[in-house]
Amino acid sequence: MSAQEPAGRDQTTGGDAPVATVERETVSVTIDGREVDVAAGTSILDAARQCGLSIPTLCNHPDLPPAGVCRVCVVEVSGQRNLQPSCAFPITAPLEIRTHSSRVAQARRDVIGLMVSEHYGECRTCPRNGNCELQDLAAEYGVDYLRFGERTESGCNLDAFGPSVVRNMDKCIQCLRCVRTCNELQAIGVLGVVGRGDSTAISTFLGLPLSDVSCINCGQCINHCPTGALTAVDNTDEVRAAIEDPTKHVVIQTAPAPRAAIGEEFGQEPGTPMTWQLNTGLKEIGFDKVFDTNFSADLTIIEEGTELLLRLYKNLVLGDATQPVPQFSSCSPGWVKYIEHKYPEYLPNVSTCKSPQQMFGALIKTWYANANDVDPADVVSVSLMPCSAKKFEASRPELTDSGYPDVDYALTTREMGKMLREQGINLPDLPESDFDDPFGTASGSGVIFGATGGVMEAALRTVIEFVTGLKVEDLFTHADITPVRGFAGAKYAEITIPDTVGPVPEILAHLVPNWDWLRGVTLKVAVVHGTSNAYRVMEDIKAGGKFSECHFIEFMACPGGCIGGGGQPIPTSAAIRAARAKAIYAEDAHYGETGRARKSHENPAVLRLYGEFLTDGPCGHTSHHLLHTEYTARGTFIDASARSTEESTC
Amino acid sequence: MSVRTPMTLASVEAGAGLRAAVALDPAGVIASVRESGIRGRGGAGFSTGLKWQLAAAAHAPEGLRYVVCNADEGEPGTFKDRVLLADLPDLVFEGMTIAAYAIGSREGILYLRGEYVYLRQALEDCLARRRSADLLGDAILGDADFNFDIRIQMGSGAYVCGEETALLESLEGRRGEPRNRPPFPVVTGMHEAPTTVNNVETLAWVSAIMAKGAEWFAAIGTERSTGPKLLSISGDVSRPGVYEFPLGITIEAVLEAAGGAAAKAVVVGGASGKCIPAADFSRAISYEDVSTGGAVIVIGPDRDLLEVAENFQEFFVDESCGQCTPCRVGNVKILEGIRMLRRGECSVKCLQELCKLGGTMQIASKCGLGQSSPNVFLSIVENYRAEILGRTPANV
Repeated sequence: MSAQEPAGRDQTTGGDAPVATVERETVSVTIDGREVDVAAGTSILDAARQCGLSIPTLCNHPDLPPAGVCRVCVVEVSGQRNLQPSCAFPITAPLEIRTHSSRVAQARRDVIGLMVSEHYGECRTCPRNGNCELQDLAAEYGVDYLRFGERTESGCNLDAFGPSVVRNMDKCIQCLRCVRTCNELQAIGVLGVVGRGDSTAISTFLGLPLSDVSCINCGQCINHCPTGALTAVDNTDEVRAAIEDPTKHVVIQTAPAPRAAIGEEFGQEPGTPMTWQLNTGLKEIGFDKVFDTNFSADLTIIEEGTELLLRLYKNLVLGDATQPVPQFSSCSPGWVKYIEHKYPEYLPNVSTCKSPQQMFGALIKTWYANANDVDPADVVSVSLMPCSAKKFEASRPELTDSGYPDVDYALTTREMGKMLREQGINLPDLPESDFDDPFGTASGSGVIFGATGGVMEAALRTVIEFVTGLKVEDLFTHADITPVRGFAGAKYAEITIPDTVGPVPEILAHLVPNWDWLRGVTLKVAVVHGTSNAYRVMEDIKAGGKFSECHFIEFMACPGGCIGGGGQPIPTSAAIRAARAKAIYAEDAHYGETGRARKSHENPAVLRLYGEFLTDGPCGHTSHHLLHTEYTARGTFIDASARSTEESTC
Repeated sequence: MSVRTPMTLASVEAGAGLRAAVALDPAGVIASVRESGIRGRGGAGFSTGLKWQLAAAAHAPEGLRYVVCNADEGEPGTFKDRVLLADLPDLVFEGMTIAAYAIGSREGILYLRGEYVYLRQALEDCLARRRSADLLGDAILGDADFNFDIRIQMGSGAYVCGEETALLESLEGRRGEPRNRPPFPVVTGMHEAPTTVNNVETLAWVSAIMAKGAEWFAAIGTERSTGPKLLSISGDVSRPGVYEFPLGITIEAVLEAAGGAAAKAVVVGGASGKCIPAADFSRAISYEDVSTGGAVIVIGPDRDLLEVAENFQEFFVDESCGQCTPCRVGNVKILEGIRMLRRGECSVKCLQELCKLGGTMQIASKCGLGQSSPNVFLSIVENYRAEILGRTPANV
């Protein structure tokens, strides 16, 4: 068993990434009179932070390469006539640095004042009011009046017609964080800089709306934007209207990642889980039922694990080339749209399983509606997701197999924070309550879906037990499959199936005759998060590299997986994502300690579902109809003439 | 544009400098260039010999080093590089070849200003002639270890691409925007390899230095500003054109020669230069006093200096790359201020804020463009306060 790192630069993991340990000389610098030894190449900003000094920044973000463009973080450096950007100035020789002087103070105030002057603020009505880096800087650095004036007219530069991301360039201060996020962090490349001088602007190709270019709706640009220039589509009013409509039965499913993060919307430290308080809060808002997406995550594992075993059997034993290996996971809608755009030739590798959100939606409008004698036309299916791409996914026309959209509204963690606040609810103050039946109980495997590696670990727990007849605990302490955990951008692991295999479990008996063909086989798996890492891995696969030999690869579009999703509270950083992941793994461990199921195939509600409704078993006819889907080869060129005549103006 | 004075460079024979260079070892060439005291003719005034020494000493992965000639002559009021490229291209390419020998480079690129595309064919012909004369290409002057060739890449009209790191970005196929420095191009330049970026005129003078000797060059000019300098003189003069003067010459003498003795002010260094009032015409054109890449724009007695400032400022508002805040937004604010001054609507307090802003732009902008863009405005405010203040809408 081994867990290895592929070669190449890890784009997504930021500060806590395992960095190659190269012997580097240290340099002694004096910052504001304090002496500190730093590794050569350390930025002045990092060195200052190491000795407890604070330098204001704006264009700098721990997830992104330094740009040095906003000029807020300028400092005095000995031997330099001009001020230097502390984020982008590497220390290679002993220096004396002053982070605060009258020249620095004047420059910072001017620079922030200039940004304020080009920003069409409308602070009072801005979605980022109270959580805006420009506001904070203006307050802290003496922007006491509008020295350089302010914009009084909108540039009519609003792209609000897409399914997920709203771009309001009136609020853009050109820090280039979205551009670097889209190009460097995520390797999508739909945002770039056009024009020059005072016409400089952030634009898509030909200025098309995001919905008409190969944007994957991951929303990382939103999470990395310092102002309100990038936000997510807001569906809270529609949801509220449905709740108030007495003819509607409004149910909500909540995913694990928002539960680990929504506390941040209420001033809690990152990594403070709010699962049970949230259940109470959602009832107070007026949802009729509150369900746990982990239920359908467990269901996904059964379906996707079965699909994997079937795919391997057909491909490796029967030689069926229509079932290519490796199988790619399909839970992340950002990743799905990414591969539809960038590698459509690999769509046959993508699991046909719908994501947990959509599986749940399909069951709510069929099994649940039927069992509770509700007309599915009157059911409003809402989801709480960490994700802006889930909004697009919910709007996919193919995800309507029950005759109705699986999911009517996908809300982000931020939207839910807003709904709760509007209701006067302070989430941490609420009592705890449980999820509603019939989907009440989930397993620990469903919980860890929220972190990178979670889908893989959940799938392995089930696949290993299906095939070997052993307990995962016999192979991995506490059933923690640690080789697939952690934040390396692309993790590779090998798991060897023992020579003795078990009998085929009853639930799969009609699909494969036996497991003899898996005796002693080394399962090769990989876990990838952030689409820049997906790019590296897909190119490796195209070139016939190590990843092409994998059997199963988990791909998540966002850095850190769902916990770092584009619908999560702002700010984000590697440290914040790690804290959220910790909360998620703690919840999984808690399931074990309290005697609850930690493996998807042990989830009693899922077993009941197969007994009562999906009676032809995993990957059977009913499940194929409701729980599986197909994909659209999109390519990177979008036919602009085919788009609607609606123009993107305000 | 007329060449108004005899050009020393015209007397330097093609090939002479290169032959003299290869008679030395590369370190000897660098030593000789350092000894001449020549500093960058593009305006920044960095020691050419030191630049080459740093590029030669920098770690070069795969042994790659680049010689880039900055022929993106875009400073308003400068046109002396155009004359060199048109009349003496051999000396420019020869300077690049000498640089290649000195730092150990196999590839050179001439980055040619987009508007100079009409010169391209003649330059390509010159390169072909030099290849067939063994002055370029494989085994230069019969030395099997000396292989170096030059290609021409066209710019596309962005002023900022004259800034060396923006030029490198453009050469690499990206948007022409200045990079953060350090690292400097001599260490991490084109494709992250050590790169020397030199101005057209600098490279031409290097050919002359090798041909005529470092002592000859060092004997001209002042102690810290050696050698002759080409100036592009334009504006309110009777004899505009390209002039050659020893560095250290006074503005007065320059004006005398060009027929502009009645000038009210002179903008030395182009749009990013300084506005020198008549009272200071005894100052010298040199790196230690009034530094210039070559542009001398003469302002006649009847000119409105605010109109001059507005003209320059409009240029910067258009030509800022838009990357950093002080330059992108600051130039717009200065332009608005100049227009307010012209209308008599700028309060003294507002003017004070603008001057502070100009100071911030000088010290906090990312590159030389932003850092120098408020210079003309600030020097006009400093020297002509009475003329620009106190206007009422009626006087405009």
